[in-house]
Amino acid sequence: MLTELIAGVRFTLVTMVLLGGVYNVALWGIGRLVFHDQAEGSLIRRADGSVAGSALIAQRFTRDEYFHPRPSAADYNAASTSGSNYGPSNPDHLAAVRGRLDAIVAREGTTPDRVPSEMVTASGAGMDPHIPPAAAELEVARVARTRNVGVDRVRAIVAAHTEGPTWCFLGRSRINVLELNMALDAELGAGASR
Amino acid sequence: MTTEYFAVAFTILFTIATSVPLGRYMARVFTGQPTRLDPVLLPIERFVLRVTGADPADQDWKQYSRSLLLSNVVMWLATWTIVTLQQYLPLNPDGIANMEPTLAFNTISSFTTNTNLQHYSGETGLSYFSQMFVISFLQFVTAGTGMAAAAAVIRALGASRQARVGNFYVDMTRATVRILLPLAVLIGTILMWQGTPMTFEGAAKATTVEGEAQTIARGVTAGVVSIKQLGTNGGGYFGPNSTHPFENPTPLSNLAETWSITIIPMAMVVMLGIVIRRARVATVIFATMLAIYLPLVGVAIQQESAGNPAIAAMGVDQSTGSMEGKEVRFGAPLSALWAVTTTVTSNGSVNSMHDSMTPLGGLMPMVGMWLNNIFGGVGVGFINMLIFVIVAVFVAGMMIGRTPEFLGKKVEAREVKLASLAMLWHPLAILVGTAVACYVWATTADPGTALAWLKNPGPHGFSEMLYEFTSAAANNGSGFEGLGDNTPFWNIATGLVMLLSRYIPIIAPLALAASLGAKPAAPQSAGSLGADTATFGLTLWGVIIILGLLMFMPVAVLGPIAEYLAL
Repeated sequence: MLTELIAGVRFTLVTMVLLGGVYNVALWGIGRLVFHDQAEGSLIRRADGSVAGSALIAQRFTRDEYFHPRPSAADYNAASTSGSNYGPSNPDHLAAVRGRLDAIVAREGTTPDRVPSEMVTASGAGMDPHIPPAAAELEVARVARTRNVGVDRVRAIVAAHTEGPTWCFLGRSRINVLELNMALDAELGAGASR
Repeated sequence: MTTEYFAVAFTILFTIATSVPLGRYMARVFTGQPTRLDPVLLPIERFVLRVTGADPADQDWKQYSRSLLLSNVVMWLATWTIVTLQQYLPLNPDGIANMEPTLAFNTISSFTTNTNLQHYSGETGLSYFSQMFVISFLQFVTAGTGMAAAAAVIRALGASRQARVGNFYVDMTRATVRILLPLAVLIGTILMWQGTPMTFEGAAKATTVEGEAQTIARGVTAGVVSIKQLGTNGGGYFGPNSTHPFENPTPLSNLAETWSITIIPMAMVVMLGIVIRRARVATVIFATMLAIYLPLVGVAIQQESAGNPAIAAMGVDQSTGSMEGKEVRFGAPLSALWAVTTTVTSNGSVNSMHDSMTPLGGLMPMVGMWLNNIFGGVGVGFINMLIFVIVAVFVAGMMIGRTPEFLGKKVEAREVKLASLAMLWHPLAILVGTAVACYVWATTADPGTALAWLKNPGPHGFSEMLYEFTSAAANNGSGFEGLGDNTPFWNIATGLVMLLSRYIPIIAPLALAASLGAKPAAPQSAGSLGADTATFGLTLWGVIIILGLLMFMPVAVLGPIAEYLAL
């Protein structure tokens, strides 16, 4: 029994060092050498070196000159992420959806059938960096109007930032909201005529 | 949606196709034959075994079980100590506090049993040191424990008049070092390429475009995520698991992770056919599993793509399906595929929030866990299937009036008793656990505390409690996460269920297989009951559905089906 126990302790120690330590450090090394930006969290830096966010993490956009991300149950807090965990029949959930729908219909001056369900439902982690093309199309007119530019110019920038499915079939067409909004600022001037 | 359905079909077919070569490789590893990776991996295996210093001779099933249990006890104690002291240990740039003892009991029981039920949230509950030396470590060795047990069972099935089943430490080292480790490095590298972080830096501080401060948690994510998928562990680095864009950044990473969930459980069946030299038996079992897996996937996809009728009633464009709790880059069908895949195996990672699935869509993951043997957890899923095979053989034998036998061995009272013990434990733990939870919830002195358990009212609230015990008993680890589960009741109750539900269904079948292995194999005759025919596959399918599922019918009606009818 005692020799068995000693073997258990020694096995635990050696595998803890190998599989907890060496394995992770080796992967970290590969990341540093080959995929440096991704391994650090795909951070987007401004010209002055300050961090504007991560390309993979949603951030709050409320101003009219920007496209808006999906609703977040975590309030866009990237240090404590979560979904809403509302069941489909929960009255609180349905009231929240209704509230978002009314706000969007009023803000974009549109009808409910043009609002994609992605924009009235909370994303899984509250950090979904993408919106579907239909959501961008919904907001194009408002963004163009606020920025005093033609709808077609904004549409062209949206099109340039629309990513299709990988290998034409994996996943869905989507637009990265942070990258799109930063491109708007870069090409049309930051917060033009607010 | 057509391309999305194609993506689902591609994912399943690609995984099945690649399970064949991996199964061949695993069979070579566990039977001690040379492989192409030996120059790199054999020295590591020898080093680990030399340091361990255990007697490498073959053991009988009792010695094997004792080594398995003792090593797991040592791992439990060592890792419990680390998380309760993590504040004083290095690699803690975000200043995470020590874990509270009942939460630590739950967490460590959860991770040593390959369950990975999480009542904490990774980004606020664990230091980088704990993520590496507790989480990532346990995700390797518990998967290794399951694979070792399965290898011993398979070897015993292929044996004749042989009381010894193999050596635990040799099997365990081979499983972790020569199978899991190379796959984990491969998948981890793919994940980093796609955007999963792997850094020792603390959280990033950003100033958003609109000028807000945003703190972005990151860390040694890629290492944990790859092994969590391959080892059917499922314990996420961040709270929302592979729904979080850092854990699963792109459709390609999603393919790699979905593949990782089932590849080893599928390869285990292939390995069975090779080791017992009866490819047809393995084919029948594989096909029976697919004949349950595919309908579950089909129903889940149909339900999630159809959307939530209550939201449709508001006039919203729901053409892309029910999107609450789901991510745009995956969409409804790939999320539904994942939900079923992660629950039929004992993985439990998620790429969407199961609590927010439509009623019948959310029933499919529960069905997967009630069965818990469709591919199943690495190693243990195959073992659970073996239990149903023995019962099916017994039932078929009774029906046609022949002596039940499997692989030429007589199945007698001892085997059927052991199989029944392992089979009945699962519904017992789930149904009694849920009943106790309902009682505690309904009678608690302080209604404020009890109501805080449930995020959702009505039948969905019942489903949250049912799902939690189902997940604990299936060693799955996913959750209807609306349940406020970090309370002493849930921490201790599910902790105990996880421990018993791990070791009873490993040790009883090990005894069963050893008992079969010790018997002489009778030659096949015209009167033998063949386990390699379509008829047997159909019988097995029926036994799994009737015995494995029917006793859950009442709770299914009380929870998901009642909600479906009311919506």
